[in-house]
Amino acid sequence: MEPLSWTGSLGSTLIPALTIAAAVFVAGVILQLVMGFFAPEVKLQSNSDGTLQSRGGLLGRLEVYNGYLFTLVVFLIAAIVVVSWFMPYGKAGILGEISKQFLPVWIALIVTFVLSITFKRKLGLYGKLFDSTIGMIGFALVMFWVFTSIFVGLFDMIATHDPLQQISGIKNKTPGFPVPEGQDADFFPHYLLGGDNLARDIFSRVVHGSVIVMVIAPLATIFAFMVGITLGLPAGYYGGRLDTLLSFLANLILAFPVILLFYLLVTPEIVATGLPNYMAAFLFVFPLVFFGVLINSRYKTQGSKNTLYLALVLIPLAFLYVNVVSDADSPLHVWPESLDFITIPSGILVVFVSVVFVNSPTVYRIVRGLALDIKTRDYVAAAQTRGEGTWYIMLWEILPNARGPLIVDFCLRIGYTTILLGTLGFFGLGLPPESPDWGSTINEGRKLLLIYAHPALPPAIALLSMVLGLNLLADGLREESLKD
Amino acid sequence: MGLFILRRLGVMILTAICLTFIVFSLTNLYPNLEKLAKTQGNFRMSDEAVTSYLTNRGYLQPRLVKYGQWLGVMPGYVIDGSDGETRARCAANRTPDENTATFCGIIQGEWGQSTVFKEDVSGIVSTRLGLTGKLMFWVMMVMVPGALIIGVLAGMREGSRTDRSLSTISIISTATPEYVSGVILIAVFATPLFGMQYFKGTATSAMDDANFNNFFLPVITIALYGMGYIARMTRASMTEVMTAQYIRTARLKGVSFPNIVMKHALRNALIAPFTVIMLQFPWLLNGVVIVETLFNYKGFGWTLVQAASNNDIELLLGVSVVSVFVVLITQLISDIGYVFLNPRIRIS
Amino acid sequence: MDYDLRNDAYDGPILEIDKLSISFFTRLREIPAVMDFSAKIQPGEALGIVGESGCGKSTVALGVMQDLGVNGRIVGGSIKFKGRDLNTMTQEELRDIRGSQIAMIYQEPMASLNPAMRIGKQLMEVPMIHEGVSEKEAYERALEVVTDVKLPDPKRMLNSFPHQLSGGQQQRIVIAMALMSKPSLLILDEPTTALDVTVEAAVVELVKDLGKKYGTSMLFISHNLGLVLETCDRICVMYSGEAVERGSIEGVFDNMQHPYTQALFRSIPLPGADKNARPLIAIPGNFPLPHERPQGCNFGPRCDYFEAGRCDQGYIPMGDAGDDHESRCLRFQEIDWNAPIAVGAQTEKPEPGRVVLKMDNLKKYYEVAASALFGGNSKKVVKANETLSFEARESETLAIVGESGCGKSTFAKVLMGLETATDGEILLDNKSIGNVPIEDRDTKTIADVQMVFQNPFDTLNPSMTVGRQIMRALEIFKIGNNDNDRRERMLQLLDLVKLPRAFADRMPRQLSGGQKQRVGIARAFAGDARIVVADEPVSALDVSVQAAVTDLLMEIQREHKTTLLFISHDLSIVRYLSDRVMVMYLGHVVELGTTDQVFSPPYHPYTEALLSAVPIADTKIKKKHIVLEGDIPSAMNPPSGCPFQTRCNWKDKAGRTLCETEVPPVRMLAEGHQVKCHLSDVDLAEMEPVIEIAAE
Repeated sequence: MEPLSWTGSLGSTLIPALTIAAAVFVAGVILQLVMGFFAPEVKLQSNSDGTLQSRGGLLGRLEVYNGYLFTLVVFLIAAIVVVSWFMPYGKAGILGEISKQFLPVWIALIVTFVLSITFKRKLGLYGKLFDSTIGMIGFALVMFWVFTSIFVGLFDMIATHDPLQQISGIKNKTPGFPVPEGQDADFFPHYLLGGDNLARDIFSRVVHGSVIVMVIAPLATIFAFMVGITLGLPAGYYGGRLDTLLSFLANLILAFPVILLFYLLVTPEIVATGLPNYMAAFLFVFPLVFFGVLINSRYKTQGSKNTLYLALVLIPLAFLYVNVVSDADSPLHVWPESLDFITIPSGILVVFVSVVFVNSPTVYRIVRGLALDIKTRDYVAAAQTRGEGTWYIMLWEILPNARGPLIVDFCLRIGYTTILLGTLGFFGLGLPPESPDWGSTINEGRKLLLIYAHPALPPAIALLSMVLGLNLLADGLREESLKD
Repeated sequence: MGLFILRRLGVMILTAICLTFIVFSLTNLYPNLEKLAKTQGNFRMSDEAVTSYLTNRGYLQPRLVKYGQWLGVMPGYVIDGSDGETRARCAANRTPDENTATFCGIIQGEWGQSTVFKEDVSGIVSTRLGLTGKLMFWVMMVMVPGALIIGVLAGMREGSRTDRSLSTISIISTATPEYVSGVILIAVFATPLFGMQYFKGTATSAMDDANFNNFFLPVITIALYGMGYIARMTRASMTEVMTAQYIRTARLKGVSFPNIVMKHALRNALIAPFTVIMLQFPWLLNGVVIVETLFNYKGFGWTLVQAASNNDIELLLGVSVVSVFVVLITQLISDIGYVFLNPRIRIS
Repeated sequence: MDYDLRNDAYDGPILEIDKLSISFFTRLREIPAVMDFSAKIQPGEALGIVGESGCGKSTVALGVMQDLGVNGRIVGGSIKFKGRDLNTMTQEELRDIRGSQIAMIYQEPMASLNPAMRIGKQLMEVPMIHEGVSEKEAYERALEVVTDVKLPDPKRMLNSFPHQLSGGQQQRIVIAMALMSKPSLLILDEPTTALDVTVEAAVVELVKDLGKKYGTSMLFISHNLGLVLETCDRICVMYSGEAVERGSIEGVFDNMQHPYTQALFRSIPLPGADKNARPLIAIPGNFPLPHERPQGCNFGPRCDYFEAGRCDQGYIPMGDAGDDHESRCLRFQEIDWNAPIAVGAQTEKPEPGRVVLKMDNLKKYYEVAASALFGGNSKKVVKANETLSFEARESETLAIVGESGCGKSTFAKVLMGLETATDGEILLDNKSIGNVPIEDRDTKTIADVQMVFQNPFDTLNPSMTVGRQIMRALEIFKIGNNDNDRRERMLQLLDLVKLPRAFADRMPRQLSGGQKQRVGIARAFAGDARIVVADEPVSALDVSVQAAVTDLLMEIQREHKTTLLFISHDLSIVRYLSDRVMVMYLGHVVELGTTDQVFSPPYHPYTEALLSAVPIADTKIKKKHIVLEGDIPSAMNPPSGCPFQTRCNWKDKAGRTLCETEVPPVRMLAEGHQVKCHLSDVDLAEMEPVIEIAAE
């Protein structure tokens, strides 16, 4: 087998065209930015069709051209993706082959976008997201990784090799290096993004890494929100001593440099003391408390319904809880092993717990601030004057009306959690060193960075695109939710 | 005002005591001590040997007592060990004599000995802190003005093209953690991979002789991440101020746009970012640790990593105390600064 | 510039707006805000623009200033200032005019001052920009103008920051800032809406005087007809983006030529209106949204004189109604404007029943830290309510009148059980509830005492359907056995407040302010409340909606024999609907009596001033002119002796030292009429009525 080149036979036509178009576009944007500073504030002009024309003149024309260029760039990228699908193996180069590997993701993305844009007026805030370009780009980036993790994690598609398999002879080899003859013939004939210092396929490691991130980051963020909401609402609503105490504790955690905290919490010695298990037992109670109080406050007046709903929600949750918390090798062994279906490796548990622990105080502060603001509204006073319980007021009158900022922060926080996970991986904390998660992979790659730069770059770019997507998504959501 | 600072100081000291106690407890957990005994003694120690080793050196006293001794508010231990030697916490080489002080904790300036570097912790911390200070100074010089300018330019005309472009740039920079931007920057500018090998990929030489060539990449790596965040805060605050009624008042008074921005908007718009910049410190410390590790710059962050990964308890405690105090002092400055910048609170 | 605008030789109209149209552009559509608007202001003249919220009156003002924001744009017509078209001016030329030739004052005084800049600097900036004067001269000028707006201690004022001043003082500073360069045209956009009535009266007086002194023309924008009557020479009534009637004050007020103007006047409570004998006539329907305006006449769907096939066709021009009077109505010449009002359903005045609620020496004190931020242990006691005693009977309306800080809201909180009384008792059916917080009250008591809130945009939970919210109230009051029962009952409640049943599944944001307020009323009556506290229930609503909501409240009260505690600062509406009135000032009840007793002499001096301060939109009313000095003292730091002594005009008669040292006793003047004042019976007897209706 020949090594693959980056662009294959597309290299002579489409790729140069794309490069030129992209370069011109970037130059145009910079020029436009510079001109924007010196251009006078232009008065708006209305057109007869009821639209507004914001600018004329040189700058206006430049803006129009930049718009066309951007469309051209997008079109060229799409063309490369589509064309490569129909080329025989090896002709489309590394980029083409990668794009072929992602075929299920492309299809899923297109289906999602077509459906969402068609029904966007019926979909509330989610639908409005498709009015904002920024939001759409962010959503596409996030969904790309979501679908990737689903197809990799559930269906074992996309990845070309086993992320842990080492094939001798490809150690630190550059992208497109062919797998030597006589190794395993079932495997894909090339290492698309090269091999790392243990001769594992980097491409497969990166797509497998997305599964770990996609499982831990959103879940940890959800738990952090549960903790933050359950503590932040009463602190903001009642104020007084409770608020002082909780805020002091939150500030205590916030004053801790995150890395120091990680180094103290995520070490084998700490795991040996069982501290993470106790913390998990404490933090994982919050969803139970939250949902219990949520349902009870709402249906308290209707006895039988209340019991039914509580049972429906709390029994499965409690079952999950003991399953997760109780483990044979943890100090909290309270549940018979024969009924224990979930065992979380202690490394993942400690990572999870510390990420939740670090994120909760910030969520607490946000929720507390929102509660302080919303509790002065008349509808809260109306609820008070009809004798509602305080938890009902907090969870059903205040919380739903704080959802806008909380959803936005949720997106941002998943990104932040992803960064934290990466940080942990970067310092080799928690997760096992062979784990394909992005942080650990960057950590592996950076050691030889000055000699072999290619192993560290793909996970870095993957993490960047994912966090960027979440940030853009949050920005789009914020903008759209502020509009009405 | 004096009372306010005093109260803040009180809370700060309480926080510091709580935090150091937590760090102290976590570093003095038994598995850590066991590991210490084995690395200091020998790796094939029996459990009994470990226990007696630790008992003789005062490690198995009640936690609060140990903390008090370390802090310097309780007299240091003097133990007649089971091996016949008498050891005192405050003696130079553990053997007490008549000059041995009763108290020797961090309050007295006794920070202990590093087991890894075999040096005084206070000495290590101060040299390393100096090196990190140099790094942070340049980071601030790049980050703060850059972020404020971007934020103000973006926020003064909300929704304009300038705003959109600059906002996108700041979003990208906040989405790039140091270990990503560092790796990318090194790959692009310090390796021959892209043909743009302009800078050095390590900053070890910058410890003695910092120049553009070896210091630019670490500085820009830390600055980029914080810059986006501060710029976005500044922009948010600026757009809010620009839609305020008093800006309209100024406009309808006939004040020109540059003057509106400079005289009327800027001061009000900078109150919030100031607090943010100060509260960025805990996070900057993070960046410092990552960047110093990545670029092999042996500063404070690098020391933290060394201490933590080698179970160097005294050094880790010293590093923690310093970082906790840095964070708390910046918070104090941020509180006081907020009050000074905001006449609504200052004069009431 | 072709000629100097400062040139005094110009003697044409100061402002000439001709067929002005302004639109706002959104991504979806163009929204016309102002259409075909014309107006003229002569030197020294004051033009008032009146209309409900959303009618485009503020947009006209901003159009004149050429400050319509990113999305707004003038799409037709011209605005000539001293003969020069503002639409074609460059930014520099406009900047030159703004502040020096045309100045603007708007609603929120606190928001219009830069919080981080000393007041002096903000004032001095104006002449320094426009006339290039030195700092010293500018300071002199600022000092002079601040003295002109009657602010005490001008030097200290100039050296303060805005937050150190009270609302009334801030608004005076804003006025001073507008007058710094002696502009030819002053635009006032609801300048007093955020202020208390007595402070408003003083500010209006000041504006009028200064307008005369400086010879400034004024464009006065307000929703309050009474205020326009007091300040302006000419008036322009706007409805849904159009001027519907224009003319002199007397012409429009006494000889109206447009159905909307007529309907507007019939829906505001003027002296003489009475809830039983002469009820208000509400304008049916709702204000049209800008993109849902009807064909032809915008007011058509709500108009009594609507003629299908004529009023709903094409463009309707302004028609000349003679004598400097114009009307945008096709039928104004056909309508008999003097036809007697088709009086609404007259009702019997219900006899008040037994006493249901009794307050006995109720006191509510708060302890607050002297300064929240800088700490310190000195606690201050705020006396929010001081010895409150009164009774309220079944199917009676008791109005509680007072300005901000008078303690009326605290009183409501104590009654509702959100706070407990410091001392004294509240008896509900002879059962003491004053010290029972709401958690400890039984469901019946809670359901019996309910509240209607002030702000319609805040009274409903925005993320729950209307039906759900009412059903929740039913659930909590334990009404109905299952969801179907409650749903049925909820629909009946919607019928009760005259809302379509389909509204049950709507979200609050789909409802207009008046509709939201109706839902709020339905919710309050969910548990058949016997006592309803209505905290300014209509003050945030538009005039045309106010009457409908007020009438609804009255009607439900009549049917359910409810005791209504009506908290308000608006004396017109109080006079219209209440049986008895309680006037409060800084936590004290200064006067209590039947409506007739309180609204005729002898008054408490505060009541007298309050009556004089409320603008009345009727040219036939003669009002005695009483202006109170200064602002309402803070409840944190009340004056010694009589709470009203710092502003009282009668203080000399009653004996200064007495007023300053002793809290006056409660005196019975007549059966059921009490005042808290040191004035002698002779002085009280000498008082003249404040409001007199001139003979017709």
